[in-house]
Amino acid sequence: MLRVTITISLKDGVLDPEGQAIEHSLGNLGYHEASDIRTGRIISFTIDETNLSRANQKVAKMCETLLVNTVIENYDITVEDQVEDE
Amino acid sequence: MANVAVISFPGSNCDRDIITAVKHITGTDPAQYWHKETSMDKHDLVILPGGFSFGDYLRCGAIAARSPIMDEMMEHVWRGGYVLGICNGFQILTEAGILPGTLMRNKQLQFVCRDVMLTIHQTESNAILAQCKEQMQLQIPVAHNEGNYFADPDTLKKMADKGQIAVTYTNTGAENYNPNGAINDIAGVTSENGRVLGLMPHPERKAEDIHGGQDGRLLLTSVIEAAS
Repeated sequence: MLRVTITISLKDGVLDPEGQAIEHSLGNLGYHEASDIRTGRIISFTIDETNLSRANQKVAKMCETLLVNTVIENYDITVEDQVEDE
Repeated sequence: MANVAVISFPGSNCDRDIITAVKHITGTDPAQYWHKETSMDKHDLVILPGGFSFGDYLRCGAIAARSPIMDEMMEHVWRGGYVLGICNGFQILTEAGILPGTLMRNKQLQFVCRDVMLTIHQTESNAILAQCKEQMQLQIPVAHNEGNYFADPDTLKKMADKGQIAVTYTNTGAENYNPNGAINDIAGVTSENGRVLGLMPHPERKAEDIHGGQDGRLLLTSVIEAAS
């Protein structure tokens, strides 16, 4: 079993009004050093697979067919060994 | 008159309105399909109604676009059938790859629900708009949180060249004439073959005098006649 984490973010050049609103709010709190805020989404799950590269390929296919809208979003896949509960 | 069908998904909430509007125009009830169905009779026009299919989970229209009935929808599109997607129906059509671009969160981060002025373009290059007058102005309400149309510059150029930018928000001079920040004021687009139309405004909500006008009915009638 492997653990998958997909980080989905907006492509460069795609307007992120939510990020702008957060930046504005942080500014109101005095955090003027935060800029160029971009929001995104994380999807994580366990995959019944032992081979890392095979898992990566399957997950990339999942991203392209459902999880990501490639018109406006980029994705980054991390696959690692599942940490067993003690 | 065109043989019309309406597809409902869990969370569709404008299906009854569009069914009523179609019935008042054609005199007959449109066929109805549930998203889980795997066969669909031949129809002239298939309508995807507005709503919040699958609770807008993941992305608006993303899960509906991968529903079992969508295989039949693709068949219908490949056959050259006519399709009208309204609001969430438009989002589903972009998620299914039937229409280009995507619909992002409204620029002002607020749900918008009010009348807007629309201009109809490209009536010659789009069969689905063949019964509309070029530059026709219509007052029809929008009601959405994700109506901010976006496509990259190359795609927009291709769409413009092929006459796919068919419905825009009319610049009335009002500051917020474009209700959601959509690029190039795009309110609706068509497919390359001119037979699929997706639009954010709700024509079924302006279809009777009791709604405060019949501009939506005019548009729906034109689409149904074009598909006939």
